[in-house]
Amino acid sequence: MSIDDFTPVVQSITVKRHQIPVAYTFAGAIALAVFFTWAPWILPASDVSILMNFFILVIMATMWNLLAGYAGMVSIGQQAFIGLGAYATLYFAIKGMDPFFAIPLAVIICAVIAFPVTYLLFRLRGGYFSVATWVVADSAMLIIGSIAFFGGGTGHYLPGLSNIAFKELNHDTYLAAWFVALIVVVATYILLRSRLGLVLSSVRDNEVAARSSGAKVTSTRRTIFIVAAAGCGAAGAVLAISQPFIQLGNEFNLQWAAEMLFASMIGGLGTIEGPILGCVIYFVLQQSLQNYGAWYLIIFGALAVGVAIWQPRGIWGFIRDKFHFELLPVGYRVQGAGVGEALPRRSVDWRPWRRTKETTSVEDADSP
Amino acid sequence: MFGVMKIINLAHGDMAVVAGYTAVFLVPKFHLPEVWSFLIVVPIFALLGYIVQRTLLQKSIDRDPFTTLLVTFGLSVVIENLLLEIYTANAQSINIGSLIVKSWQVNNTISVSYLSLTVLIVSVVVLGALQLFLSKTSTGRQIRAVSDDREAAQLCGTNYRHIFGIASSLAFATVALAGIAFGMYTSLSPTAGGVNLLFAFETVVIGGIGSLWGTLVGGILLGIAQQFGAHFNEQYTVLAGNILFLLVLAIRPQGLFGRKVVMS
Repeated sequence: MSIDDFTPVVQSITVKRHQIPVAYTFAGAIALAVFFTWAPWILPASDVSILMNFFILVIMATMWNLLAGYAGMVSIGQQAFIGLGAYATLYFAIKGMDPFFAIPLAVIICAVIAFPVTYLLFRLRGGYFSVATWVVADSAMLIIGSIAFFGGGTGHYLPGLSNIAFKELNHDTYLAAWFVALIVVVATYILLRSRLGLVLSSVRDNEVAARSSGAKVTSTRRTIFIVAAAGCGAAGAVLAISQPFIQLGNEFNLQWAAEMLFASMIGGLGTIEGPILGCVIYFVLQQSLQNYGAWYLIIFGALAVGVAIWQPRGIWGFIRDKFHFELLPVGYRVQGAGVGEALPRRSVDWRPWRRTKETTSVEDADSP
Repeated sequence: MFGVMKIINLAHGDMAVVAGYTAVFLVPKFHLPEVWSFLIVVPIFALLGYIVQRTLLQKSIDRDPFTTLLVTFGLSVVIENLLLEIYTANAQSINIGSLIVKSWQVNNTISVSYLSLTVLIVSVVVLGALQLFLSKTSTGRQIRAVSDDREAAQLCGTNYRHIFGIASSLAFATVALAGIAFGMYTSLSPTAGGVNLLFAFETVVIGGIGSLWGTLVGGILLGIAQQFGAHFNEQYTVLAGNILFLLVLAIRPQGLFGRKVVMS
């Protein structure tokens, strides 16, 4: 038997990102985009308002998912940037600017404020980080509330909108919410497919290994925090235009943090599609229980707690793992002979903590 | 007590509020004066603590700290909104009759109210009893063992889940006492829990995480800062405390009494 007998088995392995041809996904996205841009002309005004609030929540949930789902930072203080975005819009509007043109400026202001804040917050980890974000939000609210220019605790009416007819204003605000949501989701998708997304995946899988391989973990986290702050600032700016009476307790409400957190958790953390699905569930609940006070939030919260305990990857995570299916894939999958069709992109759990000391310990010592 | 499990319970303040509400709304049904409400509420909470721990919290602890945070935050929001929905946003307080105004006259300028004195004595007794329990009894020893090294304690035959349950029931019982005392002093509202959690958290970080004396000093400093803020303007009370917290974080992130540790 000579060495020539060994003919290597040529396996054709292909590495690809998309399951569905890109053209189809793209066409679908275009169709959706056209529909939602067209929506204010074909849907009744009340539906347009609901869709507008839906897109505002989509922005928030996508940003929160980027923070917690991809970068492991559980913030319960994102309402700080929603409030700052709203009040930045108010500031420019009082100074005589068109509120719609103030949106990008509000985004920039939130990003600029977020930068020094990261230097304080990143000194704490885990739960301490979370509560510290809340302290920051509380402080931001109290500082804004003590400025008489913004009307203090009573609030201030957003000027510059009174000369627009109600219907037209509703359309414009809807379009602003929809375009910002589109930009945020697409930007998040591109961001996660970039080098930065790769660093995030490596940190998620094993932070120590990522650090020792030269991944700039802290600066990546900082970038993500700033992006999330900017996104929430945009959401706050749109919110200010949609509810033009700017009130301290409304813009800085902890409920924003709760809603974005619950929506991302139920939909599925660490996926792009999940938070959007979570927002859909939120609005279905809210609309069907709108005559029952805060019960929709109680049920939504209880659902989120249940999902976190029993189905931590959320609904979309469940679909992805069960059917190996993704609409907006961020990673690559290996396909070909011997590898198995449609190997799940993440055969390991997406959270690094699960494989740390806590869970590899002697389990069930007390079980019968 | 949650230090034993190394988790942060974001719903802790809300538990105190729930205890206060239980004292306000449930206890009168037993035709008992509300002063004695702790006799009923504290045992209920001790039991509740064990049950919540073994059902909800243990599952999330088994997963990871990340899930625990999300679950306790979710619980906190659910509890606050349930209280709002059932008992409205009105402030409630525990009616203790004339005890609230009675005081012990030391001299013409100093007087100590019986309520403050009772609360002080009760808290000292409770802390002392907990200390004794942890150092003298077998269960206390097991709690300390699990806190130090869970795996080693398990290898020696400790059922850590049961121990966590007991630790949690003690935590719930003490927080119930705190909630009742709070309800007697001032008034309770559904959102009071979050505010109190923030103050407690700031106290711990200012003093230094893991330092008992630090926590005491942190509490005093936070109180002084808040009074200092209130001196200028009522609105600045909480803000001054927050600013002290952020300053400490900027200048001395390990806290005043904390040891320098690698934060990772």
